[in-house]
Amino acid sequence: MNKKSINSRLLKMRFAQCFAIILMGFIYSCENDDTQNVTNFTRLVAQDEFDVDGPPNRDLWRFDIGTGENGWGNNELQYYTNRSENVIVQNGVMLITAREESFEGSAYTSARLITQDRLEQEYGRFEARIRLPYGQGIWPAFWMLGADIDENPWPAAGEIDIMEYRGQEPTKIIGSVHGPGYSGGAAISKEFNLENDRFDTGFHIFGIEWGPNYVNYYVDDVLYNRITPEDVTGPWVFDKPFFILINLAVGGSFVGSPNEETVFPQTMLIDYVRVYENTDVN
Amino acid sequence: MKNTKYIKGHFILLFSFMILLLGSCERSFSDDVEFATFPANGDVFIDNFSAGLDYFPFVDAGADPEAFSVETEEVFSGTAAMRFDVPSFGNGFVGATFNTTANRDLSGFDALTFYAKASQSATIDAIGFGISGETNNRFQTTLFGLQVSTRWEKYVVPIPDASKLISETGMFWLAEGASFEGDEGGYVIWFDEIRFEKLGTVAQPSPAIFLGQDVSEQAFDGSSLTITGTTQTFNLASGINQTVVIAPSYFNFASSDIEVAQVSELGEVSVIGAGTAEITATLGGVLAQGSLEVTSSGSLPFAPTPMQPQENVKSIFSDLYVNDTESNFSPGFGGSTTQTTVSSNNGDAVLNYSNNNFTGIIFENTVDASPLTFLHVDVYVQEAGTQVGIQIRDIGANQMIETDVNTGFPIGDDVDFRFDLTGLAVGQWTSFDIPLSGDLASQRNNLGALILVGGPNFLFDNVYFYTE
Repeated sequence: MNKKSINSRLLKMRFAQCFAIILMGFIYSCENDDTQNVTNFTRLVAQDEFDVDGPPNRDLWRFDIGTGENGWGNNELQYYTNRSENVIVQNGVMLITAREESFEGSAYTSARLITQDRLEQEYGRFEARIRLPYGQGIWPAFWMLGADIDENPWPAAGEIDIMEYRGQEPTKIIGSVHGPGYSGGAAISKEFNLENDRFDTGFHIFGIEWGPNYVNYYVDDVLYNRITPEDVTGPWVFDKPFFILINLAVGGSFVGSPNEETVFPQTMLIDYVRVYENTDVN
Repeated sequence: MKNTKYIKGHFILLFSFMILLLGSCERSFSDDVEFATFPANGDVFIDNFSAGLDYFPFVDAGADPEAFSVETEEVFSGTAAMRFDVPSFGNGFVGATFNTTANRDLSGFDALTFYAKASQSATIDAIGFGISGETNNRFQTTLFGLQVSTRWEKYVVPIPDASKLISETGMFWLAEGASFEGDEGGYVIWFDEIRFEKLGTVAQPSPAIFLGQDVSEQAFDGSSLTITGTTQTFNLASGINQTVVIAPSYFNFASSDIEVAQVSELGEVSVIGAGTAEITATLGGVLAQGSLEVTSSGSLPFAPTPMQPQENVKSIFSDLYVNDTESNFSPGFGGSTTQTTVSSNNGDAVLNYSNNNFTGIIFENTVDASPLTFLHVDVYVQEAGTQVGIQIRDIGANQMIETDVNTGFPIGDDVDFRFDLTGLAVGQWTSFDIPLSGDLASQRNNLGALILVGGPNFLFDNVYFYTE
């Protein structure tokens, strides 16, 4: 089964790589752990390829506007807008741009897109192909929140961070889950370090495979973490629908403030967002 | 192997002829053409001197050739490391380049990396690569002020544009020493695993000329200006922005009007006609921050030839007289916007001031003007209404410039005499002979500076004290 799940991503690879991976697949299959739940996620149920220039597709995306409470709970410094200066689809990618400008009392502007009430799903494969920005105090994220968050406030609603990144650490991303008893600094997290490359010079795929009692994290073709109910220090709150968020924050407790060397504007380029459903659960 | 290269050489020649024959078709080299290349060996010092590497201490400059040794105890990895014993003040310094006898192709790498530690936390004055006598350091790259701790850590000197480095000999160089009493010295630095690497994480290039400033200069036919402050900055995997000071030859320079100014590969700007030209630069296709706007009025006349005999003169700046003292023409006063250059007007040096609010000429040794009575200066301006204030400062027996920071007037044992250069005719030299009067009438044996206020754009020549 493990081999099958790897095969689902083979299509994008070149032949030489394929061969190596297939070999690895055989080797891995010798150590297959029957207690793992491994699923196929091949049925594409939602996608945005960002092929239509202009504002993002309203049928899928909503905007969070403003500064939230206490900078969206993290002392973030930016004011989120839906202006084309901060978010626009051009040339096959969505550009989210953080700018240094005085706006409604904030020193920076940027954008945050959410699929709440548009796309909410329990389990599946959620992935996006993104080129990240860089610099001290730059904090892009591709993440999810429990769809019941309005009635069941964070952290009880649950949060799955598919990708978070500190602009001052351009080779690292972090994947996490937050829930009651394991939120904020106590979230269950793992870093992934890109070898001989960095996230701000090219596109990379960030994704999760999420099923009952597990979340698998991957970057490109590397599965780097698996979080299960045994790993969290509180109740497992991930057996219900979640929605997607993509945002580019400036400053805040996770990254610290920008400094005089931080270059603005900084742009996050999203080539696509794709959501798949399980076709088979072991 | 040699035979193979020889054959390839012929092959290229043959191809060259074919291209000549087909020249009118504007064909370029086919992908099948293989140019001879040098070995892509990135190793400098791993556990011993890499192939062809040799040690060249800067003995002529006063470096201690005994400061370097190969260490086998204190190593980061393997069996040996480089060791430098930094002498205490007054006993020379660590200064050397490590070059290969056979050229190397470094175009596949993006950084020089090494591990280093020191017996105390220290700052290495300069470290890098690209010293080469043959090419006049054409692609020299230097990281200034590298801080090293007492434990082994890896350091990265990014390559500004690796595509230029196809035939290199200067693999590694450094200079570190105690430049004054009390400066760090008498300690040891070790280096290990020195090599060129392809890290893949050297990114976000941000080249600059003039340290990123937009500079404007007035000039004239025959002026020669130099592009300075040439740097490249990369963001490294550690998140830091690492700047290296680099040779101008890494850049491609452009002039917006080649009838006014032209730039050589070495960053020398030659002014050849009247008008305005903007000089910009790119490095590896990235536009450099900073620029030079040259405004030339065409040909500049020579200043009047001074007529005083040398024995009656103590000169500060003149091609005719021997200097009484060397001077600092760019003292870098806080808040000063002034750009000062020494320009050549067909062989005659002139002082070129741009965008002056206030600056000074600081004498390295004080001038005893007791037997002298006048300050002479020739001034040239291009804009009507330009005025320059000149303050002749005697800095007293304590040899220190003492100024009330609020009023700008001398305090302590300093005195000055102030004079405004007015009525300046545009497009010609105006000569002034300023009497050493006022407070200088009784105290002018420790003249230490000329303070220059206003302008903002003017030229000076023949600045000297004299008596009739």
